[in-house]
Amino acid sequence: MQYLLMLYSNENGWSQMTPAEQEQGVAAYGAYTQALKTAGVLVGSNRLQPSTTATTVHVADGKSQVLDGPYVDSKEQLAGYYLIDVPDLDAALAWTARCPGASHGTIEVRPVWYM
Amino acid sequence: MTLDSAAQARSTADAVARRSYGKLVAFLAAALRDVAAAEDALSEAFATALADWPLNGCPANPEAWLLTVARRKGIDGLRRRRSGEAAAAQLQILAELDEAASTVVGDAAIPDRRLALLFACAHPAIDAGIRAPLMLQAVLGLDAKTIASAFLASPSAMGKRLGRAKQKIREAGIRFAIPACNELAGRLDGVLDAIYAAFAEGWSDPDGTDVIRRDLTAEALFLAGLVAGLLPQEPEALGLLACMLHAEARRRARRNADGDYVPLAEQDVALWDAAMIDEAETLLLRASALGHIGRYQLEAALQSAHVERRRSGRTDWTPEVQIYDALLALSVSPVVALNRALAIAELQGPRAALEIVDALAADGRLVDYQPYWAARAALLARTHAYPEARDAFDIAIGLASDPAVRRFLQGRQAVLPHCGE
Repeated sequence: MQYLLMLYSNENGWSQMTPAEQEQGVAAYGAYTQALKTAGVLVGSNRLQPSTTATTVHVADGKSQVLDGPYVDSKEQLAGYYLIDVPDLDAALAWTARCPGASHGTIEVRPVWYM
Repeated sequence: MTLDSAAQARSTADAVARRSYGKLVAFLAAALRDVAAAEDALSEAFATALADWPLNGCPANPEAWLLTVARRKGIDGLRRRRSGEAAAAQLQILAELDEAASTVVGDAAIPDRRLALLFACAHPAIDAGIRAPLMLQAVLGLDAKTIASAFLASPSAMGKRLGRAKQKIREAGIRFAIPACNELAGRLDGVLDAIYAAFAEGWSDPDGTDVIRRDLTAEALFLAGLVAGLLPQEPEALGLLACMLHAEARRRARRNADGDYVPLAEQDVALWDAAMIDEAETLLLRASALGHIGRYQLEAALQSAHVERRRSGRTDWTPEVQIYDALLALSVSPVVALNRALAIAELQGPRAALEIVDALAADGRLVDYQPYWAARAALLARTHAYPEARDAFDIAIGLASDPAVRRFLQGRQAVLPHCGE
């Protein structure tokens, strides 16, 4: 089954890190991605630009409304995702706990809706 | 009702729960032959107590009071669920409860059925994966949410699995009894394995490469102590407690002041808990005098061999390898084989160990096992195979779920020399 791991974290955290800490953080994510690949469970993954770059779109009564900023205004924002293919939720949770994002933020795990 | 009397009722109820929850549930479950019904009856009795005690004063004998009320609630529940003969037979058993409850004058007087409850929870008919969670809930009263977090499972799924296991105990008619002598040893393994599983959730590997989720270690130690205390003639019960005490004794040494992970070989032995180690050594000695060697005594002996470093400043790896050989002879476990390879590395050098580790890779079970990749990386580094070591560190880092271990591995990776890559 495919599960989407949505990584939420405090966006100020990154800018407050020293360059060395940032490098170590990026390397940890690289290692995690490599471990997912080695285990053959990685489907896709991306890091997102900060929510200041976000734009929301809503169409009602034929009129579109476009707003600057993220959908939910919160200190913790979606920072990236991993899409993994594993046998069950327990396996998905085990991989989630290994993600660096689980230590510096919170990860929401959702099964993909199959059509 | 005054605020004071309500507060006093609550604090008395809390104290009774802390002191006697497991005994009360075990006693009720054995009488009702139903764990879920016992838990429900006891929680209703506690709710009744919180309403009654502030008005009428706390009883002199809160345990007896709770047992009497829980018994009544249990009968009501039984009547709702069953009818006819089945209920009649059960009600007969409950009559005995009444007598027992009237003689209870505190925690010490409750007949201790916790061991019988543990045997029911670890019965072969119960799925091995749910035995540890079931024990933690039934004997210690932990809620499904707490257990789910410790075992990295979804709380709703854990709740359902616990519910199904309790249903199975009731419907399959699993006995609440300590097995007879001839089957005790086999059944005891199930109990000890489940307790160790709860403990290992805290350590994730007892040799100490990964130390997250320690929240259940105290609970598991309590259960191991309970079993060792109630079955003092069973060497494996003593061995399990000794093994867990040894691991627990090193807890403070596993992190430095900055919260960074410290591997066993670099731990400051002065930080090891001497009292716990002494207790573990005494238990192991008592176990070996009983003359039946087993897995947990061997695991404890491995831990004990490390203690030698506290006395002599060095570790003798020859007995370590011998104990691993004995463990492997008992059961073929890739994790034991990996740890044995690391002991071999100390005796015969990293190349001999790498040959074993390479062969272990064929066993698919280690592919997601972080300590495997960390061990492999360290051995490769010692043979100066730096690019391969770097790759293995990458996977170990990616598999680590403890940030301190992740930082430790990143540090080890960073100091690998760059040469001619």
